[in-house]
Amino acid sequence: MTVLASGRRVAKRFGAITAVDGMTLEVRRGEVVGLLGANGAGKTTFLRILLGLTQPTAGSVYLFGRPPSRRSLRRVGYVPQSLGLYTDLTVAENLAFRAGLYGVDIPLLPPELTGTTATVVGDLPLGLQRRLAFVAALAHHPELLVLDEPTSGVGPLGRARLWDTIRGAAENGVGILVTTHHLEEAEQCDHLVMMAAGREVAAGTVDEVIGRRSAVEITTPDWKLAFRSLEAAGWPVRLSGRQLRVAGVGAAHVEQVLGEAGITAQIEERAATLDETFVVLARG
Amino acid sequence: MSTFGMTAVTVRYGERLALDRVSLRVAPGEVVTVIGGDGAGKSTLCRVMTGLVGVSTGLVNRPTGSRIGHLPATSGVWPDLTVSENLEFVATAYRLDKVESRRRIAVLLEATGLADSRQQLGGWLSGGMRKKLGVAMALLPEPELLVLDEPTTGVDPVSRFDLWRLISRTAAAGTAIVLTTTYLDEAERASVILALDSGSTLAWGDVDEVRAAVGGGFFSSSFPGEQPYRWRRGSTWRLWTPQAEGVPVGARPIEPDLTDVLTAAALAREAGVGE
Repeated sequence: MTVLASGRRVAKRFGAITAVDGMTLEVRRGEVVGLLGANGAGKTTFLRILLGLTQPTAGSVYLFGRPPSRRSLRRVGYVPQSLGLYTDLTVAENLAFRAGLYGVDIPLLPPELTGTTATVVGDLPLGLQRRLAFVAALAHHPELLVLDEPTSGVGPLGRARLWDTIRGAAENGVGILVTTHHLEEAEQCDHLVMMAAGREVAAGTVDEVIGRRSAVEITTPDWKLAFRSLEAAGWPVRLSGRQLRVAGVGAAHVEQVLGEAGITAQIEERAATLDETFVVLARG
Repeated sequence: MSTFGMTAVTVRYGERLALDRVSLRVAPGEVVTVIGGDGAGKSTLCRVMTGLVGVSTGLVNRPTGSRIGHLPATSGVWPDLTVSENLEFVATAYRLDKVESRRRIAVLLEATGLADSRQQLGGWLSGGMRKKLGVAMALLPEPELLVLDEPTTGVDPVSRFDLWRLISRTAAAGTAIVLTTTYLDEAERASVILALDSGSTLAWGDVDEVRAAVGGGFFSSSFPGEQPYRWRRGSTWRLWTPQAEGVPVGARPIEPDLTDVLTAAALAREAGVGE
């Protein structure tokens, strides 16, 4: 598959601060890549470098096989979290503006948006605004689409529709880079790159990123007491439905602590979730 | 300790129906997670539970004002007060015992990771830190009922993890908690789920009850086929059939997670299945 965007051993220093430290990432045609990181992990800086908006201190960046330029940016579509729509203009005006900007035809509206052409964008529900932002970003047939938390704030149905659009674009050969700290979005990606403190801490499919990490699930009617005992042991305990979960600790340790507290519980070791893995990796 | 909640509550803002016959129950030590997208009615529900909005019809059962802790969606942090001052202000407003509140403020600052930022102005905090401070402020008076409106929206996974630890600890101490979220993966952490869609109840119960109520068959497939109820999970398709019998061609049955169940429920409601 053709590589659309690539960064190799990219670094960016601002004075004494290293915002990006040796990051490598590739986005190929038809692939959905997720760039994950907590706030301040360096995602935005790395993304700006990939698009040529910021110069790296070290490393190499290619966009469509060349160093990024104004011309290559025309082949990129971008949907920021703020959506980049004019909320006081109508749907039709927004699309006409975008089409005019790139000198392309006004794009067709998907079924959910038909009949909204004269509606002011600010009056649309958020899910439809997000759909419209996608339509606008795809108007000039970009080869690479960059999405920042594309489904945040949207209900289950809106979310399913948005992923349908994203996946549909990928099937048509568009390469997609999703930046997010929303782990449900990460699970929709083909390939993940996790960043912490400017560095890659994990990469691969969801299963590869989780690897052999596990969490312990505890079922007991005495859950309040169990919670206090496990917290007193200094472990990260959370409620999980009607169970408790502890990440990064072995089942034997949990059994010992609960045994000493005289609590009878069912203790099971399970595969860690992506968010548990993330927290363990981000904390180093 | 008592159970709180609402029964068949309807709220109208002029012509608009913000909540339509919604019920919920929350017992001490329980976390009810209200899930829904923009415009689902989550904030109205929080405002009903905290008494900020009157109901058009229906019953509400909540403790008196001073026994309710509330994190509004805007976080409720005063931008020109420091982290410490925000908490001290709450202590004064609730007339908490000085010595005891000082001890609790120290514990909450530690639990939220804000101890090193106590002199920082509220307005200068990052989104995640502001939410944590808002939750700490809601927790300070040791409420019987804690209502958190989107405590984790815009909060990164590390801070979200810390917030869930704090919420879990509060539940373990016997507080009844109602919180809202747009993240389906967080709903799996709740004892009970209330899924809202345009102001009415899409699903209510624990994960197993919600799954049983939606029913039908869930399948994974590498192509969409002719199924009317389908959505994507990564590069594969999920299919749902209203009847549990029969497997669509080329598909294999799966154990659905909450995302699958709520997506199916929303698709079924849109198509008018079971109405």
